[in-house]
Amino acid sequence: MSVQFSPLQTYREPFSFRNSPKAIRRFPFPFTEDSYLYSVNIEPANSKDPGSIYEHWFDIDEHYRSEMAERARVLDKDPRRYLVLAHMQEAAWDALEMLMHKLAADYPQWFELDCDGLHWHWRNKALEIDQRFTFGDATTLPCEPLEFITRQVQGDFALLDQRDGDLFMDAGMVTSPADWSLAFDAGMSFKQWHSPVPMAHQMGIFDRALKYLLNVPVGQPVRRLNWTLTINPRLDSSPETFHEWGADRGSVTAENAGRLVHLRVELQLMARLPRSNGLMFSIRTYLISLDELVSQPGWGCRLHRVLRDLPEPIADYKGMTRYRATLVQWLSRFDPDA
Amino acid sequence: MSALLQVQVSAARLLTPLVREFTLVPCAGSLPGFSSGSHVQVHLPLGERTLRNAYSLTGDPADNRHYRIAVRLQEASRGGSRYLHQQVEVGDRLTLSPPANLFAPHSGAQLHILIAGGIGITPFMAYLEALQRRQANVELHYLYRPGLTDAYLDELQERLGSRLHRYAAGTPCDLQAILRDRPLGSHVYTCGPQRLLEAVRETASRLGWPASRVHWEAFSAAQPGQPFELELARSGRRLQVSAEQSLLEALESAGIAPPSLCRGGVCGQCMTRHLQGEIEHRDSFLSRAEQAEFLMPCVSRGCGPRVLLDL
Repeated sequence: MSVQFSPLQTYREPFSFRNSPKAIRRFPFPFTEDSYLYSVNIEPANSKDPGSIYEHWFDIDEHYRSEMAERARVLDKDPRRYLVLAHMQEAAWDALEMLMHKLAADYPQWFELDCDGLHWHWRNKALEIDQRFTFGDATTLPCEPLEFITRQVQGDFALLDQRDGDLFMDAGMVTSPADWSLAFDAGMSFKQWHSPVPMAHQMGIFDRALKYLLNVPVGQPVRRLNWTLTINPRLDSSPETFHEWGADRGSVTAENAGRLVHLRVELQLMARLPRSNGLMFSIRTYLISLDELVSQPGWGCRLHRVLRDLPEPIADYKGMTRYRATLVQWLSRFDPDA
Repeated sequence: MSALLQVQVSAARLLTPLVREFTLVPCAGSLPGFSSGSHVQVHLPLGERTLRNAYSLTGDPADNRHYRIAVRLQEASRGGSRYLHQQVEVGDRLTLSPPANLFAPHSGAQLHILIAGGIGITPFMAYLEALQRRQANVELHYLYRPGLTDAYLDELQERLGSRLHRYAAGTPCDLQAILRDRPLGSHVYTCGPQRLLEAVRETASRLGWPASRVHWEAFSAAQPGQPFELELARSGRRLQVSAEQSLLEALESAGIAPPSLCRGGVCGQCMTRHLQGEIEHRDSFLSRAEQAEFLMPCVSRGCGPRVLLDL
């Protein structure tokens, strides 16, 4: 299945991001029931449904060039979105190796990798990058290995160190977070960086998830979906830029909800980094406006019921309290029972 | 869905009369990378049943062309190590479960103190490759029986010089001296017989080491026992567990495979609820209270005629 890229679109004012009909069809609508509650919804990341976002470990889609341009813009303004603690060098090379091998194998029309021992030749035809380098020697790359490769792959990446029976957020590239900050979470343990999540701690979710993740074997990653809402197709909704986007939550009206409000779904992949025994946590974000979303049969109705019945603490954590009533009202027209 | 690896023995040599080293290359494609301290499960077809023994990978984690394991011939063996010593030849094929790591070096350690007893040297062979590459501070204490369980001794001497401390059988190894007054940020790792592990943990604890800086890997596999009948409550199936087979292996050969990692009663992965029958618990994972309800089928087994499991 060959991927074609859309012309460059923007994820900031003036917003021009939109999905093609194909992108709408493959959007990972996350709700399997008419209600939502936290669960350890982790499954083996086996390839399925050719053409879908589940076919490859790292999904490249029509937004590739736009998203990489957005990452470059964010990093220009705030280089601290990328961070690697000293003991994570090996994990960074591990990540580069995994990403290059997977992209070259899964998207040969865009990426090529030749390895002759430690002498590697990487070609990214989508971004016109042609780089020869020595694996393990950062001086042979234009920037550090994790930065080099994650400027070329859609999605955010956190590299977790595994020690003391826990996972620590000790490296990453995070330019499109759903309101969290790598610089803030750096060095934190699994439960520390999840501490703002309501209800799930009491449900034992994080104990079970951590136990599961500590045992992810080499070559057998796992995945899950997570979701929230974002006003405008803004990838960079980070605490660092809250002053730029926080007020947007007050602008939702019955007239503009379909255009302004976006469902934001994260496909999270957790893969063992073979040589460092670290865990790669990739967060691939998909945005869809509600106007686009309701074009799919059943999605508007289900989203109406989910948002209407969502427990208050979860709605508040996901930042929708200010416009929830307006939005539920707007969605009710798609629910025959409403 | 565990992706099993098919490998071929490309070299085999006796390191001592008791320790045989195998070099394994992929039958097709390439092998997954691994981190130091990892082990693989080797599937051993012994007649009707398949044993699965866990062995540390001893090669260089940076070299993904082959895996290397070293196997000690066990006198009271269920037949796995004897099979590897006496039956397997260069060119033979073996099936492996992919590498897993329950014994990784700690990324925050300022000094790594390794204490190996006999065949317990194996995980540290990979440690030394990785730790020396990142120029970490490391010392090795090696307890062995000369000519029998002293695998890799000359190589280690050359490699480590004065950072290798040798304790041939009969030479006392003063754990107090090794563990006393070490710098903040030291971590100690031990692998070998149960007696050594207990002595290291006990000495470290007495000297005030925090438990989080003391790491160990038991070198144990399932031991034989008496045969018994197994009944599965949910499916109503009945299986026979032979004397040489572990309960987990019996479940696996019936196509019922709870996830497993260490196969030594340590990691907790294969924990299963038991409902009836006398159990001989041999794990070091469950508390006494938990054992009343659960068992670890990789090492523990029935000691009466019949066991009923919640499967």
